[in-house]
Amino acid sequence: MTAALQARHVSKTFGGNRVLDDVSLAIEPGEVHGLLGQNGSGKSTLIKILAGYQDADPGAELLIGGHRVALPLPSGQSQSLGISTVHQHLALIPSLSVVENMLLGRLGRSNAMALSWRKARAECAAVFQRYGLEIDPAATVSGLSAIERAMVAIVRAVEDLGLRSSGSGPGVLILDEPTPFLPKQDVETLFALVRRIVARGASVLFVSHDIDEVREITDRATVLRDGRLAGTIDTKASSRDEIIKLIIGRALRADRPASEVAQGAPAKVAVTGLSGGGVKGVDFDLQPGEILGLTGLLGSGFESVVYMLYGAIPRTTGTLRIEDETTPLAEATPARSIAAGTVLIPGDRNARAAIGILPIADNVTMPVLSRKLNKWFVRRGPMHQLAQDLGRQFGVVPNRPEQPLSSLSGGNAQKVVIAKWLQTDPRLILLDEPTQGVDVGARELVFDAIRGATRKGAAVICASSDYEQLAMLCDRVLVFADGRVGAELNGEQISKQSIAETCLRGASKLPDAL
Amino acid sequence: MKNLSASVAAPLKPWSRLNLAVEAERFGLVIALIVLFALFGVLQPGTFLSWGNISGMLGSQAVLAIVALALIVPLTSNDFDMSIANVLVLASVIVAVMNAQMGLSLWLAIPAALLSGLLVGAINGFFITYFRIHSLIVTIATGTFASGVATWMSGSQTISGVDFALMNYVIVKRLFGVPVVFYYAVLLALVLWYVFEHTAMGRRVLFVGRGREVSRLSGIDTDRVRWSALIASGFLGALAGILYCGTQGAADPSSGASFQLPAFAAAFLGSTAIQPGRFNAWGTLVAVYFLVIGITGLVFMGMSSFVQSLFYGGALLVAVVLSQWVRGRAEQQF
Repeated sequence: MTAALQARHVSKTFGGNRVLDDVSLAIEPGEVHGLLGQNGSGKSTLIKILAGYQDADPGAELLIGGHRVALPLPSGQSQSLGISTVHQHLALIPSLSVVENMLLGRLGRSNAMALSWRKARAECAAVFQRYGLEIDPAATVSGLSAIERAMVAIVRAVEDLGLRSSGSGPGVLILDEPTPFLPKQDVETLFALVRRIVARGASVLFVSHDIDEVREITDRATVLRDGRLAGTIDTKASSRDEIIKLIIGRALRADRPASEVAQGAPAKVAVTGLSGGGVKGVDFDLQPGEILGLTGLLGSGFESVVYMLYGAIPRTTGTLRIEDETTPLAEATPARSIAAGTVLIPGDRNARAAIGILPIADNVTMPVLSRKLNKWFVRRGPMHQLAQDLGRQFGVVPNRPEQPLSSLSGGNAQKVVIAKWLQTDPRLILLDEPTQGVDVGARELVFDAIRGATRKGAAVICASSDYEQLAMLCDRVLVFADGRVGAELNGEQISKQSIAETCLRGASKLPDAL
Repeated sequence: MKNLSASVAAPLKPWSRLNLAVEAERFGLVIALIVLFALFGVLQPGTFLSWGNISGMLGSQAVLAIVALALIVPLTSNDFDMSIANVLVLASVIVAVMNAQMGLSLWLAIPAALLSGLLVGAINGFFITYFRIHSLIVTIATGTFASGVATWMSGSQTISGVDFALMNYVIVKRLFGVPVVFYYAVLLALVLWYVFEHTAMGRRVLFVGRGREVSRLSGIDTDRVRWSALIASGFLGALAGILYCGTQGAADPSSGASFQLPAFAAAFLGSTAIQPGRFNAWGTLVAVYFLVIGITGLVFMGMSSFVQSLFYGGALLVAVVLSQWVRGRAEQQF
């Protein structure tokens, strides 16, 4: 039998860094094939190459339906060759109707002059009926539920595959992490759709972190580890532990004991009943000087916790107690949090943490203009002096407060952001991916600065999906699963491997892990 | 590790040392203004260089300068106030109707006019921040509404007969031969420069304009800042309306709207000078008089008044292109 898609010797090098090394992948017609691997395993690079967004290094071969396809794929043309990708963000326009979204790709390429919406709606309804979907083509996408939106995007991708001129098999649909934000029963609905799609002859490449889902829906799976092929497995015949072992590359240890009870001193910070968005009633507390890590897989809810505690996400409930002050989080705002000694260092530096076009001095003095400077007479001199002192203290190079922040390297810009907040001597420091896009040397300085703050008694909560960073920085790590704390790792138990393993175990939406 | 900066810092040259390109950029518009002035002076020495013309240019266009200065307040927080010229009309009509038609004192008419500006600004801010509608659309709507109210109040008539005291304190009295209204504009520029440059409040407006999410996460109440900026432009627009009424001694419900485009042109052109890349008071003032000199000079050369539209329209486009170039061609976030 000819494979629906066969990729051989795919490598990709960024700078001197080889992120994909001689990976091969074969997908049979009518097969659901899983693609597994941790963050940084090369999974997303491989998908980008197959989708035509990135070129592979020379030497790679790609066959679709047995026909050799020239690499690199012409940008945006992979669909006409038989590969259609549904990304996690779905690429739907929420304010348009379902039928308009269904026609998006087709209208983008054609110059049809006499569109009949009545006919388009009827065709769309017929397509939905074929796949067993009960969605009104005239409805607005923003009014659909998450699962309905996902199914519209998937059906659109499959239908667009059918429009190809060249007949090289029924084609391959890539589903890139379609499930993390879906509840369990909706995942079943989605799987039913996937089964109907493969029953019609197409193949599906199913990319996911969730091992149980991969075992349920796929026939075989390819596992990547550190950019290399770790193995291709028959998923039905493999146990969960065997798959985890293949993903993280070593044998599984026995289950961990339940979390240790915090010893001695009364907690400095206590969070109770934190709920809202994807978080469902979370409690935890911190000792003075403790660095607590929060992690989990995409969609597990950990990434919004720090923003919720800061009062930056509306409709949050629960309480935050710092020492003996208790704040209901429904009333928290960033300004009140800062006044109470809580600071947040956001992850996305350019969009949330600093303004690149403004000088370093303006960025770093932003939260203290009224406190450390005369607010009715802000002078450049004292402002630059303040910024210069902070730059020296946090090792910003070059330390020139009048330069725009965007002139600094990523690591130095991050030092400015850290300095901006740590100068206020906060009691609670909230971090979101504190070293994203930061080189190794600067990372050490950032860690030093955070540890320095804990020596003054501050408690730190650090949300990150960089397990190595968590292992280096944290005293304790909470692993989230499905909006709750799924597991807690303490002291000796914390390593890059153990965090990865716990995340993968916790990803199960089935209760077998508990 | 912490000493890293010290070892690198030693050979640094001071970044702020006079840099010719930077200075040329800052003062380019000032130089262009001087060149233009000299050019028309040489071409039309008798008329253009007469003191009457010079003081006339300074005085008669001071209202435009005040409108342009008012605009840079919401522009700095990244909101457009398209209602400002109509607020000017409304305020001038309120003064004229209350004072000339109803016979009320200026002490009542002027506060009422200022209140109307505050009100329009507050309404703008409410719709923009509460309903999250783009400022461009909200202010076009409220501006059109204000213009309707002004036309209704005045019965579509020019209302003259405003108390001479107003004209006296706007255009008649002179200091060093220049009508006092010019000094009002300079005073406003000074105040705005101080607020934006030297108060925490003014810096917050800039932060909100340049990084709304960064500002929100830095504990700045971004809605309040945007709202305040719009109220300020409404108030200053009304102030400009009162002064406009003073320069004319009358209120005309149809003429004031022509301030909108030149004011925008001046604000954007001003953002390429003095503090390039930022809307700034002194740059705006220079830009207003650059445009005024250009138009007056061309009219003296025998061009018809249509040259005004050509010049303002062209200047707005050139200004936006220049300011984009100064920003390094980053996408404008409207």
